[in-house]
Amino acid sequence: MLKNYFKIAIAVLRRRKFFTFISLFGISFTLTILLVLTSFIDKVVGDSYPDRKRDRSLYVTRLQESGKDGQSSSTPSYYFLTHFVGSLKTPVKLGISTSFAGTNTYVNNKKLAVNYKYTNADYWDIMEYDFIEGKAFNKLQIDNADKVAVISEDMKSEYFGDIPSVIGKYIEADNVKYRVIGVVKNVPITSYNLYSDIYLPYTVSKNDYKKGRGYLGDFTAVMLASSTTDVPRMSDEYDAMMRRIPMESKEYNKMSSHAESYFRSYVNTGNDNMSGVTIVLIIITIFVLLVTVLPTLNLVNINITRIMERSSEIGVRKAFGASSGTLVYQFLVENIILTLLGGLIGVVLSFIAIQVINSFHLIPNLVLSINFTVLGIGLLVCFFFGLLSGVYPAWRMSKLNVVTALKAQ
Amino acid sequence: MIRLQNIEKVYRTDTIETLALNSISLDIAKGEFLSIMGPSGCGKSTLLNIMGLLDTPSKGDIKISDQKTDHLSDKQLAQFRNQKLGFIFQSYHLINDLQVLDNVELPLLYRNTTAKERKMLATEALEKVGLSNRIKHFPTQLSGGQRQRVAIARAIVGRPEIILADEPTGNLDSAMGNEIMDILINLNRNEGTTIVMVTHDENMAHKTHRLVRLFDGSQVQ
Repeated sequence: MLKNYFKIAIAVLRRRKFFTFISLFGISFTLTILLVLTSFIDKVVGDSYPDRKRDRSLYVTRLQESGKDGQSSSTPSYYFLTHFVGSLKTPVKLGISTSFAGTNTYVNNKKLAVNYKYTNADYWDIMEYDFIEGKAFNKLQIDNADKVAVISEDMKSEYFGDIPSVIGKYIEADNVKYRVIGVVKNVPITSYNLYSDIYLPYTVSKNDYKKGRGYLGDFTAVMLASSTTDVPRMSDEYDAMMRRIPMESKEYNKMSSHAESYFRSYVNTGNDNMSGVTIVLIIITIFVLLVTVLPTLNLVNINITRIMERSSEIGVRKAFGASSGTLVYQFLVENIILTLLGGLIGVVLSFIAIQVINSFHLIPNLVLSINFTVLGIGLLVCFFFGLLSGVYPAWRMSKLNVVTALKAQ
Repeated sequence: MIRLQNIEKVYRTDTIETLALNSISLDIAKGEFLSIMGPSGCGKSTLLNIMGLLDTPSKGDIKISDQKTDHLSDKQLAQFRNQKLGFIFQSYHLINDLQVLDNVELPLLYRNTTAKERKMLATEALEKVGLSNRIKHFPTQLSGGQRQRVAIARAIVGRPEIILADEPTGNLDSAMGNEIMDILINLNRNEGTTIVMVTHDENMAHKTHRLVRLFDGSQVQ
């Protein structure tokens, strides 16, 4: 019976090529968008390079102060992180770094845009950057304010060209020359708290980060617990600290900051009343609904038209013994064949789209790939599409009166 | 074999009621070849559809093979049609996307038969109508007479006790029509199949055992 359904499904697809094209295009295009999106999310949120100790880390990326006249929200200051966060007992390490900043440098009279960030020594102990050569700067070099740098492999090739080693060579950024002591594997810009072209000791910063006792500044921190079981305690200790510390000024009467997991810190809005996680979930849900529901409705419409054309066949099948349930089954099988075909095309298109995104470096250092989980989800989505877009037309047509169906020819 | 008692069929719209069949009672014996005649719109096809359980009467009882059919569910009706009835339509109603053999196999798809059995029975049915050399053809590659023969093969492949034919020769020239009629007569004579045929053609009707005439929904002969 399935063979018969398959034959007729293929015949129907070949009969109305334009409808088939529209259906297959809708399915495959939607699936491509979903696969690329999930691959992107998978890479951005799921990829744990270089923070491989993510499961026992908490991130401090925002501090919000509010008062009668308004509110301020920003990354915390060096003072806040070292003075208050640094006093916590549970973290075994406290990695501090600035957000990356941009500057220009010149190589052979050619302008090169570079991003740099400052870090402390603990940052390199917590993060597990893959060193292609050399190593990270240590506490002594930081204390001495040595002008040393760790650079990314892309920076190495862009600045120095294709040479085997750059350790000991000098790289200029912001009119200062730094000695390269390490080269690390690229971090995608989407991991914006960890990404940079050049990593420098925070003590060489031109900003007087030690001056002032303001709570808001340019730094973020990663706290490392000795084990995953200590993470909740570390979070509680942080919250207790926040309740304890005095307001920065009389302008403010409320202050909030949280030590959060990677994902929460990634989508932190800096506003306690508006959870970044909720916003991200809402945006993703709306997006997924739009890209799936619209093509599904379109498919339902096309399917109704397609099946209506076959009312004579429905009449004949009913006359010769097909029950409504059997007809629903037949049309569902046909629709699933169509959507799976669209799904396969979608998978191929996704591979092509991902290759294009990767080869054109649309997002610096972000190398997307389709993994089997994503592929499985994609094919499941297709199957779901097949059911969703086929059930209603199939049910409606199966209820068609035989005599009316036969007269429709 | 088929017993109709006081069958009425009324079509209702918001403003009008049309009486398509008016108190029709008919007994058709096993092995009988009956033709139904009458002018267009007199209710012939409606009566045939009711006998074939494709339509329901507004009033009256139907018994087929001593079984009342008014209480059957959609699934049971489908099964009943599949086992007991075969249909032949004026415009053939073949599925153009399927080859001749697949078209003929269709009623067997809704039974517990293997693909091998289906192929064997369908080929046998096509041999009976003289079309075993066309099994790989599509309906659109056949003449009208050949298509109707495929439709007959489809009707007989499940060996039903009753065949209901709605103007089976209506779309064919007289030579083709006679060929089809001969097949039906042989089927009735050799296999004992009960046949009810709606026709406009007096000559064809006179070849059958009994003629029933309808006029404005009522039986006049």
